[in-house]
Amino acid sequence: MSFYGVELASRLMLGTSQYPSPAILSEAIRASGAEVVTVALRRESGATLAGQGFWSIIRDLGVRALPNTAGCHSVKEAVTTAHMARELFGTPWIKLEVIGEDDTLQPDLFGLVEAARILTGDGFQVFPYMTEDLFVASKLLEAGCEVLMPWGAPIGSGRGLNNPFGLRTLRAHFPDVPLVIDAGIGLPSHAVQAMELGYDAVLLNTAVAKARDPVMMAKAFAQAIEAGRAAWQADPMEPRDMAAPSTPVIGKALLG
Amino acid sequence: MRIMLNGETREVAGPTLALALEELGYGGAIVATAVNGTFATAAARPALALKDGDAVEVLAPMQGG
Repeated sequence: MSFYGVELASRLMLGTSQYPSPAILSEAIRASGAEVVTVALRRESGATLAGQGFWSIIRDLGVRALPNTAGCHSVKEAVTTAHMARELFGTPWIKLEVIGEDDTLQPDLFGLVEAARILTGDGFQVFPYMTEDLFVASKLLEAGCEVLMPWGAPIGSGRGLNNPFGLRTLRAHFPDVPLVIDAGIGLPSHAVQAMELGYDAVLLNTAVAKARDPVMMAKAFAQAIEAGRAAWQADPMEPRDMAAPSTPVIGKALLG
Repeated sequence: MRIMLNGETREVAGPTLALALEELGYGGAIVATAVNGTFATAAARPALALKDGDAVEVLAPMQGG
């Protein structure tokens, strides 16, 4: 699997927020096998310099950072944040979030397309956080995005895939575009379902960070994603309404 | 001069953004800056003169999802 020409072995991308401690964060990232972790930019205090310690942990892990524009509600805010992220993290990658509605954290799809167009023009490699809308997907691809990241459910909700039909449709329409389920995953079974639908990767945070044992949950997700990917590659059987005996009827003895 | 640093009023001598950052404890730190909502690159900081009332944002890597 590759994003913007970068080959990755792991199909799990992990967020770095809400862990009980920096040590558990590090251990969970290692246990997950993730090669890409999401990071953010926030105000730094000159007195505590808390962000410096966090960044040194991430760098020591040797993983690739995918900075986000989380919390941005306007195109200008998202574009400025992306520029600051590029300098700070030294990467053209940006997970582009333009939030449109606060209860669901649903993306502002109009602002998203506009910001994506501006940023790709500025040389960014954009990972847009979107809904499963087909038309928006085509507009984002026209804007220069080479990866799409539809939500499974609202961020942090843990509800799984709210619209499997829509996600399957998106996969079918864009068979060659790397697609990542971003947000809403709560359980490894949700990640399996995403991979069985043919999605290329899963990005999650809260499901691991808020488990009682984040390290064990990170391992569980890694295994789930491998299982789901293998199932997709194996081409599953079609479900049917009527039973069909799996044991051959021919050769059965007459005993009754 | 008086500036707004990350939303809080601070008194700094400046006169440039680079010198103000040193003064405020950010010397050597990995940060990205904006002045009045516009990105100020690291390269621009030594020549960027601050003025009274400027809103300066200093951001660093932080946990994110």
